Amino acid sequence: MGMGLLFDATRCIGCGACSSACKEQNKLPGKVEEVLTAYTWTTVKEKEGTNIRRLCMHCEVPTCASVCPVAALVKTPEGPVVYDAKRCMGCRYCMMACPFEIPKYQWDSAVPIVGKCILCAGRLKEGLATACATACPVEATTFGKKEDLIWEARTRLRTKPGAYVNQIYGLTEAGGTSVMMISNVPFEKLGLKSNLPAEPPAMRTWQVLSNIPDFVGVWGVFLYGVHWITARRERVADATNHDNGREDRS
Amino acid sequence: MSTAATLATRRFRPGFWTIVAAILFLAFCTVTVIRFTKGLGAVTNLSDQFPWGLWIGFDLLCGVGLAAGAFTLTAVVHLFNLKKFEPIVRPTILTGFLGYAFVIVALLLDLGQPWRIWHAIVYWNPHSVMFEVAWCVMLYTTVLAVEFSPVVLEYFGFHAPARIIHKLITPLVILGVILSTLHQSSLGSLYLIVPSKLHPLWYSPMLPLHFYISAIGAGIGMVILESYLSGRAFHRHLEMDLLEPLARGMVVALGIYGLMRLQAIRRNHAFGSILEFGYEGKMFLLEFTLGVILPVALMSFRKLRSHPDWLVGGAFLAVLGFVMNRLNVSITGMEAASGTRYLPSGMEIIVSVGLVATGMAVFAFAVRTFPIFPEGQGAPSRESKEGA
Repeated sequence: MGMGLLFDATRCIGCGACSSACKEQNKLPGKVEEVLTAYTWTTVKEKEGTNIRRLCMHCEVPTCASVCPVAALVKTPEGPVVYDAKRCMGCRYCMMACPFEIPKYQWDSAVPIVGKCILCAGRLKEGLATACATACPVEATTFGKKEDLIWEARTRLRTKPGAYVNQIYGLTEAGGTSVMMISNVPFEKLGLKSNLPAEPPAMRTWQVLSNIPDFVGVWGVFLYGVHWITARRERVADATNHDNGREDRS
Repeated sequence: MSTAATLATRRFRPGFWTIVAAILFLAFCTVTVIRFTKGLGAVTNLSDQFPWGLWIGFDLLCGVGLAAGAFTLTAVVHLFNLKKFEPIVRPTILTGFLGYAFVIVALLLDLGQPWRIWHAIVYWNPHSVMFEVAWCVMLYTTVLAVEFSPVVLEYFGFHAPARIIHKLITPLVILGVILSTLHQSSLGSLYLIVPSKLHPLWYSPMLPLHFYISAIGAGIGMVILESYLSGRAFHRHLEMDLLEPLARGMVVALGIYGLMRLQAIRRNHAFGSILEFGYEGKMFLLEFTLGVILPVALMSFRKLRSHPDWLVGGAFLAVLGFVMNRLNVSITGMEAASGTRYLPSGMEIIVSVGLVATGMAVFAFAVRTFPIFPEGQGAPSRESKEGA
């Protein structure tokens, strides 16, 4: 199941330490921006009296990884969905497809690449927590094994039922994610999509793509069969005309 | 410049349209320079909220779709053996090839780092529709080039290789039809992944089939249109005996497609959003009325089909409706979910228009140079009877 993050909106004080730490860790230029960009991989914003973080959710079956034609985006067993900028040719299908609208592009660059949170994959390899979780002064963002985080989230929802909306965002959304959130305000009011099916979107295209080899064979044989029949019909017609012509002459 | 002049003196006036095409081409080149020095943001209205715009919606989706006449007609002639359509196969293959060339140039502009386009050959991801699209573009462009090559080869007197290609025409055509089937439908499959973003008037699990069948309808419409346009430019008569039955095929394709669209909307319970008459509803009504209902209704009458003006009008509507559909899928239907409005920038439009103009100029040049139409212009060698 790998590692993940649990964000508790009721604990967050909106200090922005996570965003700054992220910038520093990933050497992203410029100040922390209002919304996610190719240079700001996580934001904290106040909505409905609650602070909500935005960052890559690190799906279990990532849509971005399934649509990338050159496999530049990959889900690692440790949890992070990582991005290989050297492979990317810039088709931006990941941006189109991501149900959480996370990948962003360097529109101002002549050699642009995609930018998104990579769950500090390098730090995880060294056994460290993500920079944002480490920087958080109030443990609003917790790093840990995903199953431990689910257990922790369920405990909080059970012990303080009035303080939370009874939902763990990310448990089933788009097939489940490594980053999960709990909150006292419904998630759609915080700007998070609430209409995401539990089936990963990637399955919808795979149902079509997986049939291509079979289809090519059947379609090819069918088309050749059509040609075979019509060409033979023509030869028969030619031969018949020929015979008739001879009979007429005789 | 010098070639244009010689051609002009040979047979044609250096017309108004030649000058327009030249100006558009230069404007296109200028935008290209800015795009590659300052980045996509400097020339397009694309954004993080709206990463695909006119170059995908029009150049890619319509460029490929309107090239569908090529596989349709090669199948009709070489597989279904309806030999009477043979005279218009060549211009159709040429249109198909130019359509794909147009798509490739547009992709080279739209991709963030187009010099890495070969990555699709090296790094595979068979789970990606875009991977399928990339391979189909590469392979089918090659097939179209080979299908068209005998015209050029024979012009330069290379008869032996041309004969080999003629011998291989059946497998070539079958390969072309398979690749086209995959490619046309895969452009619809591109949008299967966005069920929560694309408006229910357009989203459907059947999108690949919608794209495939509507491309056949509009592809036939393009064959009629280009026969008309080149007829006007080169003072030829319309081949009504060929185009009238083609229009019947168009009616059938568009009819099936229209029905499938209505079924998809019923399944999505989206008829209500037409009646609301909002932005999406209006755009859908416009697209469906102009592009499906009208051409099907008009072209169902033999009298109208047999009249050149009505025939061309019907074909034009089918092509227009097709373009509107692709723009609605890629732009109109995606706007609400993106939370923003997208209108292409002037420079994006210049690129698209400049590419269309260049394509038409190349088509005109090819028609003048090579034996492409039945009563070929200035054609030294044209084999009259060589069916596969």
